[in-house]
Amino acid sequence: MSDIAIEIRGFSQYFGQVRKINGLDLDVRRHEILGIIGPARSGKSTFLCALNRLNDLVRGSRHEGAIVVEGRDIYAPDVDVVELRRRLGMVFATPVPLPRSIYENVAFGARRAGVRRRDELDAIVRDSLEKGGLWEEVLDRLESSGQKLSGGQQQRLCLARILAVKPEFILLDEPTSGLDPISTMKIEESLRRLKKDYTIILVTNNTKQAARVADRTAFFLNGGLVEVGPTAKIFTAPDDRRTDDYLRGRFG
Amino acid sequence: MAGPKKAGAGNRLERNDRLIRLALLVVAFSAVSVLLVITVFIVGQGTPIMFRYGFKSFLAGSDWYPSEKLFGLWPMIVGSLFVTAGALAIGVPFGLSCAIVLTEFASKRVRGLIKPVIELLAGIPSVVYGFMGVVILVPFIRRTFGGPGLSVLAASIILGVMILPTVISISVDALQAVPPSYREGSIALGATRWQTVKMVLFPAARSGIIASIILGMGRAVGETMATIMIAGNAAEIPRSLLAPVRTLTSNVALEMGYATGEHREALFATGVVLFVIIMVLNTIANATSAKRRKAP
Amino acid sequence: MRRLAPSAEEKAARAGLWALTLITVAVLCFIILFILRRGLPVLSFEFLTANPVDMGKAGGIFSTVVGTVALTVLAVLIAAPLGVGTAIYLTEYTWGGPVTRIIRFGAECLAGIPSIIFGLFGFILFVTKLKFGWSILSGGLTLAFMLLPTIIRTSEEAIKSVPPEYRKVSFSLGSTKWQTVTRVVLPSALPGIVTGIVLSIGRSIGETAATIFTAGSALRLPTSLFSSSRTMAVHFYILAREGISMPNAYGTAAILIIAILGINLLTYFLMNRFIRKYS
Repeated sequence: MSDIAIEIRGFSQYFGQVRKINGLDLDVRRHEILGIIGPARSGKSTFLCALNRLNDLVRGSRHEGAIVVEGRDIYAPDVDVVELRRRLGMVFATPVPLPRSIYENVAFGARRAGVRRRDELDAIVRDSLEKGGLWEEVLDRLESSGQKLSGGQQQRLCLARILAVKPEFILLDEPTSGLDPISTMKIEESLRRLKKDYTIILVTNNTKQAARVADRTAFFLNGGLVEVGPTAKIFTAPDDRRTDDYLRGRFG
Repeated sequence: MAGPKKAGAGNRLERNDRLIRLALLVVAFSAVSVLLVITVFIVGQGTPIMFRYGFKSFLAGSDWYPSEKLFGLWPMIVGSLFVTAGALAIGVPFGLSCAIVLTEFASKRVRGLIKPVIELLAGIPSVVYGFMGVVILVPFIRRTFGGPGLSVLAASIILGVMILPTVISISVDALQAVPPSYREGSIALGATRWQTVKMVLFPAARSGIIASIILGMGRAVGETMATIMIAGNAAEIPRSLLAPVRTLTSNVALEMGYATGEHREALFATGVVLFVIIMVLNTIANATSAKRRKAP
Repeated sequence: MRRLAPSAEEKAARAGLWALTLITVAVLCFIILFILRRGLPVLSFEFLTANPVDMGKAGGIFSTVVGTVALTVLAVLIAAPLGVGTAIYLTEYTWGGPVTRIIRFGAECLAGIPSIIFGLFGFILFVTKLKFGWSILSGGLTLAFMLLPTIIRTSEEAIKSVPPEYRKVSFSLGSTKWQTVTRVVLPSALPGIVTGIVLSIGRSIGETAATIFTAGSALRLPTSLFSSSRTMAVHFYILAREGISMPNAYGTAAILIIAILGINLLTYFLMNRFIRKYS
């Protein structure tokens, strides 16, 4: 088996008449952290939502090209979208705990997937919170509301929540954009730890974050890929002039 | 990777979702179906007699003597018109004032006091309004202005109060929908608050305010129990504000209890006239507020 | 006529607007206090639990309370599932289009139809055509149709105010549409939906024109869905209009007013909680 987990071939995404992604070609390797950087509105978030087909929920959504996840085109007619979304867990830019307890937030996906037994759920919740690096802080208040946690804790709760669904991929959409440096550091630590079990795609508006945690980095501009390569190379000797300009802060 | 078995389970869920969507669509048509069934029944019961006696004698005839097969609705049509006009003359100034005070002049605390009071106004049963008319307003009118007291004037005042919640809530919505920048721009140009209301907010919220008045009109035309109790119910065209009057709704409610045969059909015909008036008003209100929604 | 100076005009306008507003508030307070002052002395445990005697000249109003509750419960049990279902369809299962426009137009028109038309319709369909007679069933069905548009509109607003992010989160965790609706959207919208239902309970308690021709005006204690039963509002109307007993009329009116006050307080409380949650 090759080490390529996701192949994106000639993929374009439209919303009505507006084209947000334009003929994208990109490979994602298994057990890597792929960082995606680029100015606002360069199609980074739309790209993530194409991977788990959340774009389907937007009115007038339409695509061209193919996204192949572990050998199967995810837009093929017989694909089970619910199953697909479980395999590609997603963390959003602003943490959105559901109006439920911490426990129920984490157990949410597992319950929807049909896990009923309390001991099984208990184990899943504990395991996920541990992996998300939040267990120690909340173990004595699992029944209190997830919305009462601090911003950083909420985001780690969201991370734990997707781990509970046992995904293969973790998609993160600017997960630390609203957080303080310490919370950001904690999330980044968790990501490094999680790399060995998951393939991670990290969209970030903070180029330094990509430099810190990504194995490879892709630079998006105007809905297209400018270049992708090992993070060190992108940050020190990019092939494309525009990458260099962006990283030096000349635009974006 | 997902095996075929798992995908199959998921597809079953998707099929369930399709079934649910279909079931919800059927449920969603309940309101439309009810409207259709009501239309069919009222029109079906009420129009044959109109054809038999001719629309003209029905709508323009001024004598209502069911026992002698005289079914002229003209006095009731005029009655409904008078009472509704009176209700608007009283309800609109009060209602718009409340709406302006609530959105523009009242502090947050005062608004918190006035708003629930007005919501309460909407909750009071119409028979209670009618009763208040009977025990307070009608004797007052009889003593002060003479006449029987049960009159166009009494009905107008009570209906004017009853349409307040409709007028207020919809014009408040319309005024609140005016972008704050309009207000700020006007104040920044040195206009006073009242000038801002008069020159900027009212024109901007015009279609919503018109819709509120039309819907208030619908309420006044359709109100039954309060009108029966205070309007006097004489089936003749009123000669003054102090004369008794019978509305279309009263005509139905007063005689429905004992009417049979053609008489009952004639009451349904009254319902048809009422129904048509209401549907026209609804459609106008709907069109004006649709225009408002489309405006930038 | 000389034009007023802007500052004088401002003062006059403000005074006028405030005066009209305060008169409105005063009228309402007067109505409530007037009814309560004359009605409260009549009220007693006895008044609520004894059946009317001699057409309501003596005795209490128990059978009319039972009739009102039965009609209201039946109406809400029918209208709430239909109304909430319609709201779910309109907000979650469609992106607009002609079908949605037809449904909305139907609901808006239904909301404007006067209660006497509902009464006529219920009389001809349920009482005579379907031979339910003057009964709780006929009255409940008629009321349910009347309440439908209110419940649709308030539920739709409640569902719309649930943050869209909740839905995205739910879908991204592998929920189906229906799971998202039942596990995330409806629980969050519940206080708003309940507020709408409580409001419609208030409406059905006070309704007279639609119920008098469908549920009838029998004073006996109803025993089944097919019993005719007088509601409190109808009882009050008959007592007052036929001058049977003014004290008992005031007492019944006081109960109606207290019920409406309670319902308004309840919706106010629910709504405040709902708003605080999402703003």
